[in-house]
Amino acid sequence: MFAAENGLKGDPRLEAISAAIRVVPDFPKKGIMFQDITTLLLDHKAFKHTIDIFVDRYKDMQISVVAGVEARGFMFGPSIALAIGAKFIPLRKPGKLPGKVISESYELEYGHDRLEMHIGAVEPRERVIIIDDLVATGGTLSAAINLLESQEAEVVECACVIGLPEVKGQHKLKGKPLYLLVEPSGLDEFC
Amino acid sequence: MSGNKVEEDPRINGIKTKIRVVPDFPKKGIMFQDITTVLLDPKAFKDTIDLFVERYRDKNISVVAGIEARGFLFGPPIALAIGAKFVPLRKPKKLPGETIFEEYELEYGNDRLEMHVGAVEVGDRALVVDDLIATGGTLCAAINLLERVGAEVVECACVIELPELKGRQRLKGKPLCMLVEYR
Repeated sequence: MFAAENGLKGDPRLEAISAAIRVVPDFPKKGIMFQDITTLLLDHKAFKHTIDIFVDRYKDMQISVVAGVEARGFMFGPSIALAIGAKFIPLRKPGKLPGKVISESYELEYGHDRLEMHIGAVEPRERVIIIDDLVATGGTLSAAINLLESQEAEVVECACVIGLPEVKGQHKLKGKPLYLLVEPSGLDEFC
Repeated sequence: MSGNKVEEDPRINGIKTKIRVVPDFPKKGIMFQDITTVLLDPKAFKDTIDLFVERYRDKNISVVAGIEARGFLFGPPIALAIGAKFVPLRKPKKLPGETIFEEYELEYGNDRLEMHVGAVEVGDRALVVDDLIATGGTLCAAINLLERVGAEVVECACVIELPELKGRQRLKGKPLCMLVEYR
């Protein structure tokens, strides 16, 4: 579900956020129009708007955990966690977390990857939001949901800055609501 | 906080007690400083960010550069609070646009740090952030990247320092601000 359909229609902040995202054609391979959020991070106002919109949404929802997907989820998640008084949990590529972990496999276009989380980071019945910069197929977010649910946490929502066309019209992922700020920027915004 | 060492701000001890030491990770003999447990304590995490923000908010820092990946956990909140841009310094091939790179030494072999061309401009005043300084190799590479594009590196900021590895001496004369020492 896009923010514009959920109370933020016409909000100029969404326009600013969208305009700050750079499209890089043919990365990581030909045919892919890569949505580069590093330019959003260079625009302090637009970056702040991004965080503010998520914080406004979640601050009164009794969220005790923000889980962020490595690595671009790390650029947004901690600021949201700090503002709403929640813990931040990094969900990482294999072998990075030093303590005891649980892991969940997910599919890539060719092959698989794994996402890991520290055991004991989240407690049963904690209310969690999962953050990443972008959702495409939803494979990574699904793995994240599985990790958190395996520890009996309650995933309240998944939130991303950008939602690709594959998820348009879908309000849920594995039964969890999806909250998205903007659609992919077009090539004419390439700077 | 003074120049290089942190004075006894009462918040420091609360942060220090939240850092988890994991022995023999990633290999035998290394006492790994795990900051994920600090992130699990909202007050300790907030105090960590506040201590850096208080130090840098009036220093006209225009860019905070964070080193992948744990620098991404601390850098953006600091950047947002002080009104600076955030620039991720990444492992090879992660950044989609045109990049410049700097090589640095590992125990065995080399690695590279990359930065987007155009992210940092001549005259930008930069802060480099990472969770920990060990040998200082990565931070030195970060300083080099920023200086090559004409930025002025004002300081390096790390939550943890391993002083016995003398990383502080490898920062091209740039000052280091750290919160917690581990010996």
